[in-house]
Amino acid sequence: MGQQIDVNHLNVYYGGFLAVEDVNLHIAANQVTAFIGPSGCGKSTVLRSLDRMHEITPGAHVTGEVLLEGRDLYAKGVDPVAVRRDVGMVFQRPNPFPTMSIRQNVLAGVRLNNKKIAKSDADDLVEWALRGANLWNEVKDRLDHPGIGLSGGQQQRLCIARAVAVHPSVLLMDEPCSALDPISTLAVEDLINELKRDYTIVIVTHNMQQAARVADYTAFFNLKAVGQPGHLEYFADTSTMFNDPQNEEAERYISGRFG
Amino acid sequence: MTTLECNPPMDAQRMLADLDLDHFRPSRSTANARRRKDRLMRALFTAAFAVALIPLASVLWTTLTHGIGRLDLGFLTHNMTGVIGGNPTAAGGYGGVLHAIVGTLEITFGAMAISIPIGVMCAVHLIEYARDNALAKTIRLLVDVMSGIPSIVAGLFALSLFSMIFGPGTFNGLEGSVALALLMIPTVCKSSEEMLKVVPDALREASLALGVTKQRTITKVVLRTALPGIVSGSILAIARVIGETAPLLMTAGYVVTTNVNLFSGQMTTLPVYVYQEYSKLSANCPANAGDMCVPTIPMERAWSAALVLIVIVLILNLIGRIVARICAVHTER
Amino acid sequence: MPGNDLQRAAVDEVAVAPIPKGTDPGEARRGRAADRIFAGLAYGSGLLILAVLAAVAVFLLLRAWPAVGGPPDAVDAVVSSFTGGRFASLWGYVPPLLFGSVLVAALALALAFFVSLGIAVFISQYAPRRLVGALNTIIDLLAAIPSVVYGLWGGLVLVPAIYPFWNWIAGHFGWIPLFAGPAANPSRTVATVALVLAVMILPIITSMTRDIFLQTPKLLEEAALGLGATQWETIRLAVLPFGRSGIVSASMLGLGRALGETMAVLMILSPGLKYSFHLLQASQSQTIAANIAAQYPEANGLGVSVLIATGLVLFAITFAVNYAARRLTGKAAS
Repeated sequence: MGQQIDVNHLNVYYGGFLAVEDVNLHIAANQVTAFIGPSGCGKSTVLRSLDRMHEITPGAHVTGEVLLEGRDLYAKGVDPVAVRRDVGMVFQRPNPFPTMSIRQNVLAGVRLNNKKIAKSDADDLVEWALRGANLWNEVKDRLDHPGIGLSGGQQQRLCIARAVAVHPSVLLMDEPCSALDPISTLAVEDLINELKRDYTIVIVTHNMQQAARVADYTAFFNLKAVGQPGHLEYFADTSTMFNDPQNEEAERYISGRFG
Repeated sequence: MTTLECNPPMDAQRMLADLDLDHFRPSRSTANARRRKDRLMRALFTAAFAVALIPLASVLWTTLTHGIGRLDLGFLTHNMTGVIGGNPTAAGGYGGVLHAIVGTLEITFGAMAISIPIGVMCAVHLIEYARDNALAKTIRLLVDVMSGIPSIVAGLFALSLFSMIFGPGTFNGLEGSVALALLMIPTVCKSSEEMLKVVPDALREASLALGVTKQRTITKVVLRTALPGIVSGSILAIARVIGETAPLLMTAGYVVTTNVNLFSGQMTTLPVYVYQEYSKLSANCPANAGDMCVPTIPMERAWSAALVLIVIVLILNLIGRIVARICAVHTER
Repeated sequence: MPGNDLQRAAVDEVAVAPIPKGTDPGEARRGRAADRIFAGLAYGSGLLILAVLAAVAVFLLLRAWPAVGGPPDAVDAVVSSFTGGRFASLWGYVPPLLFGSVLVAALALALAFFVSLGIAVFISQYAPRRLVGALNTIIDLLAAIPSVVYGLWGGLVLVPAIYPFWNWIAGHFGWIPLFAGPAANPSRTVATVALVLAVMILPIITSMTRDIFLQTPKLLEEAALGLGATQWETIRLAVLPFGRSGIVSASMLGLGRALGETMAVLMILSPGLKYSFHLLQASQSQTIAANIAAQYPEANGLGVSVLIATGLVLFAITFAVNYAARRLTGKAAS
């Protein structure tokens, strides 16, 4: 089942530079929440701070809280490695491991963590994850082929299967369709609609039609000027956001007048 | 030149009328001179390449023709025990390089065991942990400088190190391995660094996002992806040091028997063997020796050993290149 | 997609996931420990590089110390036994060796420089695409041949073969002091050694300058060609100026290699300890590296110290040359 996330007074810094200022946000369980906004507004940064992936950039740190079902991910003694097992992530460009087959890619999260797993369990897990990513029927006959031999859209769904296979409760997606053609995009969007039954989904997108199609809630990030920190400008359920936004900046952005 | 399509202002037009543009047109003779010069330079550059081919062809050809004569199974399966002057040994041959091949393999293997872990881990530190901080820049610069250390200085270093620890006059295979490792580390480190650099960050992120620890991400994803490149770089580094002579002269020494113990006793390697046979100039054949005594046998042995050495080096180079090509196919897709 | 509901149902059947959820705390602790150990190992390897380089200098210094600070009489005796009485102190002994090393290396560089540059230009500018691979292989082959084989070839093939040529040079250009005759036969001379070393450093200079020429911005070349320049003029105007610092640093790397080369010199040169520019005569000069290898077998404890002291000089010079070369490329890259 998906879990809810509460973000309280979150500031994200890169070294001495404040990238995102004072974000307060409730992400509902088993719903799709989209982050939209102009380039550089910090929406990807906030997304990456939800599973502490921003920390691989040297000097990056945060203040404030991110509560996953009430547990603070930034509390003392919390291992970022463990956080990332609860909160999975899918990236902009599909990035299957080039040295691994389709099957090994799905099992990567388990295998790379040195977990012993019986072959029959592994078979079940692979089938379950690939079915969950709507990929099973396309690849069931060639599980031992390299993952990078698939098409772009299939690779992205393989990456989703890989993320799902470690049983996260939340899936973060950083512009998952921006490198895909329209048909593959449609397949991934359909998949997102299904995945929300089991996971809480947060998706960053540049494409407002996509946000309108897949998201239940939408958060609009903005920045006052170049060099200023980004901030959460407006948060609403998606139909309000796109039909009747109660925020001037958001309306200007959505109607295409800037950004 | 293109024609002017817009109307130039009056001033410019008047100036244009005054200018005789034909004056700037290259005359036929200068154009021809330039063309001749171009052809001459092209010929010179091609000739430069031909000049480089002469010594290469000569070295390979003479080694092959001089070396093939004595290169037989007996030469590869005997050491130099019982070789007296130009006389044949009791076994029927004229001695061989078995002990030198064993020594070369063991000493090189020892050098690999020391240098590859250090070189690869140093590259891991530079790329995965330090990236571009001041220490990393210093290490990079010094790795570059280290790759220019003369091999004889590496030999002197190993000699000094071992003579201070184990007393003067210490000769053993491991000492030679240490000297060769010093020469290998910078090559391995640099080639591994290049290979780690090519591994896309997306793979590191993908692994970390699955909740995999950094150490396992590096060993199982990054190093695994870069493996063919690292292997190929290491093989080429081995090929470079396997022909080293000077540092081994003073560390591993020279014996005529087969010594399989890397940690004790002198050990002959192929390049040292070539040098030792070369310095004998000729073998002693007393007046009463029969036809079987060959006074030129040391030179013949030197050529044959050189041929064996070249074949080993070329095979290593070939393997390294094939592995590198497999790697290239992988990263392209 | 109408099939989705069906598929979904199938998913639900295996929805009871077969993998234990969550992480066992012992495993997480082990993971963190492994992380720290691994990072420490990598850091240690980086530091080890620095330590090794320092250790090379320190150990050589320690072992060379007896030759510098030891009893002067004993050191002088060792030096005169090495030199057959020509020199009786370390300070007289090192300079001619240094002179010999620099002379041989500089000559080798002078011989290799234009040929390497020519080959690099040929490969990067003239050679047809499908030939480039083969040409690079030839250069790599030249680099792969062990120095002892070059020594063997130089001593047994080149020395007798080149005598008529040196003799001819001495006959016709003998009025230039460099080529003053009579040309030694066998020609175990500085000239022959420099020729062999030139062949050995040729691939180093070639491959490095070639890589730099290949980086010449296409725009620069096209600009020159677009102005109607011939190919040679393009090379002179765009390619060579762009690669200038790279050419200098490649040459210095080649020089460093030639300074440190031991076997080819040891196996070809008939040594001497003069400050002589008579390249075609025998027994004129000796290099530091070859001298160490030649004297080492007969040296006693103090003798080894003397040799290590000369080795330290060689280390310092090659270090300086390589350092300068790398600083130059570092600047060119940034």
